[in-house]
Amino acid sequence: MKLDRALPWLVFVAALATWEIWVRVADVPHYILPSPSLVAATLAQHFASLAPAWWYTVKITVGALALSAASGVLLASLFALSPWVERSFLPFAIVLQVTPIVAIAPLILIYVDSTTAALLLCAWIVAFFPILSNTVIGLRSADANLRDLFTLYRATPWQRLRLLLTPSALPYFIGGLKIAGGLSLIGAVVAEFTAGAAGRETGLASRILEASFRTETPKMFAALVLVSLTGVAIFWLFNGLSRLLLGRWHESER
Amino acid sequence: MSAPVIRVERLGRRFASGTQALTDASLSVAAGEFVALLGPSGCGKSTLLRLVAGLDTPSEGVVQLQAPAGPGGLPPVGFVFQEPTLMPWASVADNVWLPLRLAGQGRAQAQAAVQAQLAAVGLAGFERAYPRELSGGMRMRVSIARALVAQPGVLLMDEPFAALDEITRQRLNEDLLGWWAARALTVLFVTHSVFEAVTLAQRIVVMSARPGRIAEIIDNPGGQPRDDHWRGSPDFAARCARVSQALRRAAAAAPDDATA
Repeated sequence: MKLDRALPWLVFVAALATWEIWVRVADVPHYILPSPSLVAATLAQHFASLAPAWWYTVKITVGALALSAASGVLLASLFALSPWVERSFLPFAIVLQVTPIVAIAPLILIYVDSTTAALLLCAWIVAFFPILSNTVIGLRSADANLRDLFTLYRATPWQRLRLLLTPSALPYFIGGLKIAGGLSLIGAVVAEFTAGAAGRETGLASRILEASFRTETPKMFAALVLVSLTGVAIFWLFNGLSRLLLGRWHESER
Repeated sequence: MSAPVIRVERLGRRFASGTQALTDASLSVAAGEFVALLGPSGCGKSTLLRLVAGLDTPSEGVVQLQAPAGPGGLPPVGFVFQEPTLMPWASVADNVWLPLRLAGQGRAQAQAAVQAQLAAVGLAGFERAYPRELSGGMRMRVSIARALVAQPGVLLMDEPFAALDEITRQRLNEDLLGWWAARALTVLFVTHSVFEAVTLAQRIVVMSARPGRIAEIIDNPGGQPRDDHWRGSPDFAARCARVSQALRRAAAAAPDDATA
């Protein structure tokens, strides 16, 4: 069991070592492929300029995710309450979902004055659909016999929502949250690339773009490491949340 | 005979699909009686039970329930489904608490009743367990405890033991008879097992399919202890044979699948 847990780490370290050795032995120029040690050194050296950009990207990501969760759940509840609402609004949600964000982002940047608001909107568009569709399925998935039981004991609509529909939908909502977590980061970075903004209030994508103009490949990698770390952190966070909320009863956490 | 607790008259139910699930069913169940609804699948026995529970509305006829409401405005009927139908996210105690909770009783207020009920079905000490940690038979006991905690006068059971193994099923049958006698319950029990119907019921309503209807009502009076010894006796075998013949007659009178 111990080896089980250590194995991914060992493979990861081995991959880094191979990379490092290959760069040194083959004498690959650092502007083509920097070694991991150089990336680490660059990260440390430029951390002062990268940290605010990182924080900005994290803010956009978390903000968009929070908006997605709130709006997804709200809209899903409305859909669950009325099929009529669902039939009217689902097409809009689908159009938003299937249109590539890179294609909409320039328009949004024209319409919305504040870059931060525009970025939030782009990341929200990408992240919100999985939460909406999963929560809709979740709210409908309550056991038919349990519904009957609530009817038999004359449960109020509020009791039904709180004690039956919400717990039934929870595993689906968390599944949506796991997908949306990664997507909101992707949305934030993609939108920022499209915005191509420079200046103080910008995120990691801008640092990557700047570094690429100057062929500072190690710095591009350093920014990339931060983006990946953020994604992994979000993934772990939601896995932990899932275990905490579903661990004792849901099959997915068995 | 005392006034009927359940009175069903010329009851019919046609689904939107056009299927006549139940037709012209009339039945009276007296207070404290144990009645089994016996028949093949599609004979409308579950439909009849749901109509009595008020979970479905009849297309024709009437259902009258003359049972007094439970304490604190709880409904007069309890329902046990074919599956245990527990909330997987809630502990055993919280599952049993549900009917009282929906009637406005807090956890502390309901605790004594919940514990007493769990002890009565033989599950003392399992309050904090989760449904998935229990065996099928224990889950069904939780489900029965949940129905009984509301102190209903009438208990409706829809093939509750059909998915259990034979040994568990027999123990639950015996225990059910004990709870029925101790609480003066009126029980309407759906089953497709002749043995189960003869073991449990005082009257057996034989039903047939296409369209679902009541074919025959057979008296199955008690008196003797309905235990293992009795189930090995010629008396038990004779009763089962008689009920089986009634089932066959009902099936023969019904049109086959080909003509339906």
